[in-house]
Amino acid sequence: MKIKQISVFLENKKGRLYEALKALADAGVNIRALSIADTSDFGILRMIVNNPEGAKKALEDAGFTTKISSVIAVAVKDRPGGLAEVLKILYDGDINVEYVYAFVEKSGEEALVVLRTNNLDKTIDLLKSAGIKLLDSSAVENL
Amino acid sequence: MENRYFNPKVELLNKEELKDLQLKRLKAVLNKVYRRVPHYRKKFEEAGVKPRNLKTLEDIKAFPFTTKEDLFVDYPFGLLAEPLEKIVRLHTSSGTTGKPKALFFSKRDIWAQAELIARALVMTGASSRDILQNSMTYGLFTGALVMHYGAELLGMLVIPAGPGNTERQIELMQTFGTTCLHMTPSYALYVASVIQSKGLSPKRDLQLKRVYLGAEPYSEETRQKIEEMLGVDVFNCYGLSEMGGPGVGFECPAKNGLHIWEDAFLVEIVNPETGEWVKEGEVGELVLTSLNRTAMPLIRYRTRDLTRFITEPCPCGRTHVKIARILGRTDDMFIIKGVNIFPQQIEAVLMSIKGVAQNYQIILEGYDEMTVRVEIDREFFDGRLERLLALKNEITEKLRQAIMVRPKVELVEPGTLPVSEGKAKRVIDKRTL
Repeated sequence: MKIKQISVFLENKKGRLYEALKALADAGVNIRALSIADTSDFGILRMIVNNPEGAKKALEDAGFTTKISSVIAVAVKDRPGGLAEVLKILYDGDINVEYVYAFVEKSGEEALVVLRTNNLDKTIDLLKSAGIKLLDSSAVENL
Repeated sequence: MENRYFNPKVELLNKEELKDLQLKRLKAVLNKVYRRVPHYRKKFEEAGVKPRNLKTLEDIKAFPFTTKEDLFVDYPFGLLAEPLEKIVRLHTSSGTTGKPKALFFSKRDIWAQAELIARALVMTGASSRDILQNSMTYGLFTGALVMHYGAELLGMLVIPAGPGNTERQIELMQTFGTTCLHMTPSYALYVASVIQSKGLSPKRDLQLKRVYLGAEPYSEETRQKIEEMLGVDVFNCYGLSEMGGPGVGFECPAKNGLHIWEDAFLVEIVNPETGEWVKEGEVGELVLTSLNRTAMPLIRYRTRDLTRFITEPCPCGRTHVKIARILGRTDDMFIIKGVNIFPQQIEAVLMSIKGVAQNYQIILEGYDEMTVRVEIDREFFDGRLERLLALKNEITEKLRQAIMVRPKVELVEPGTLPVSEGKAKRVIDKRTL
């Protein structure tokens, strides 16, 4: 149930984010979810895209440093406390969340979030047994 | 370690014989410049010394230094000790401002310097069966031509590739089975990274055995990095055009310091401020006197290069003095918050840290602020911010320990800092004081 996320190392330099997104646009890559973690001089752009390998190639050809890693896509109820409910399960299960960010689109009545924790396998087990819906990569690519 | 010598008679002279030879040659050269070079006569007279005052090598201390500025007195021919008809070659050495230094060679000087190179190449294990790709700049710069003559004197096949056009460099290596390279360390790092990125395996696809690196100071860590990347032995090579170009100092297989051929040079190390000899083993400015040059011998030339003597006997058997790798230039040194810093200290720290790529830049700006920009290694990036922040902290902390000043460290994308194909420009000083 893991999905692929592409991370890009970005220097804090004028136009650098644009250049990354332009490289993806030119390669016909569609972005499903996106977040930026930044510090004063560099940041990491993280994305869920419809074609991770194609995105990696397009970015590396344009000179970017990238890495594909695994994350989980979780469907949470689109109402107050929806995400908190999921996080409570992880907290009780002694799982540390490294980061979380939201998809642009919804899946039916549910909001979608990207979740990265210190133990993805255990996270998947915990969420599944609590009846939380996870999306696999084909579901994400076909959003 | 197999020991072979190009000129064993000279290379293995015992210390006493070597000193006798130096004294004889030093007397001759002092006499020659006093008689033939008006500027030297004037300088000696101002210092109140005459060549006949010199009875021992130590008496050289009474004689005046020659500095870069002296090379521009009576420019360009004023320091010649031979008539122009005896001169066969001009080399220049670029100054950062104004006119280039003009250095002249007689026919004898050319082959004498070539012999120093040939000795050095044999010292590193090379022979007439080797193929040297000479990727230094041919032309007014001594780096390529002087090495070229030395390698030919030894009987190597020389490929006069010159620098740049990295694709072609690699093609030449593949086509002709290059076994030895001569280039600058910054270019060697670049070439090694291109070889890697093309998916070539040096061990499988190339025949390289030795790489001679000179013309820029570099750290032990850089040597190791290039040795690993190319699967070669890297030998440090020191020279300066004023002393005939490359081949002044060269490493033997012990790779612990550079031998200077003492039949050709009188070697001193002085405190750059006072001009006094430093204690043996202390760092100071290298001062050289040419003992075996005819066209333009220089007396007590201030090289502006910082080094120290290595006094332990060398396992290679050569008696000629050894100096440590060049630790910096007296003029590369910059001062931040009152602390003297050499770029090589920073390079040594960076190259010892995993996750750092080859290029870096030091920017000085504002009120004495130093920023070190460091390219990260592509392989190191795993998408986690914590890992990058830890790397940044590690770099900052290790630099602080090494130079006693806490720099600002910026991580930048690999391949974004300028790669120089000649002398690398690592320090950008934007301070306005």
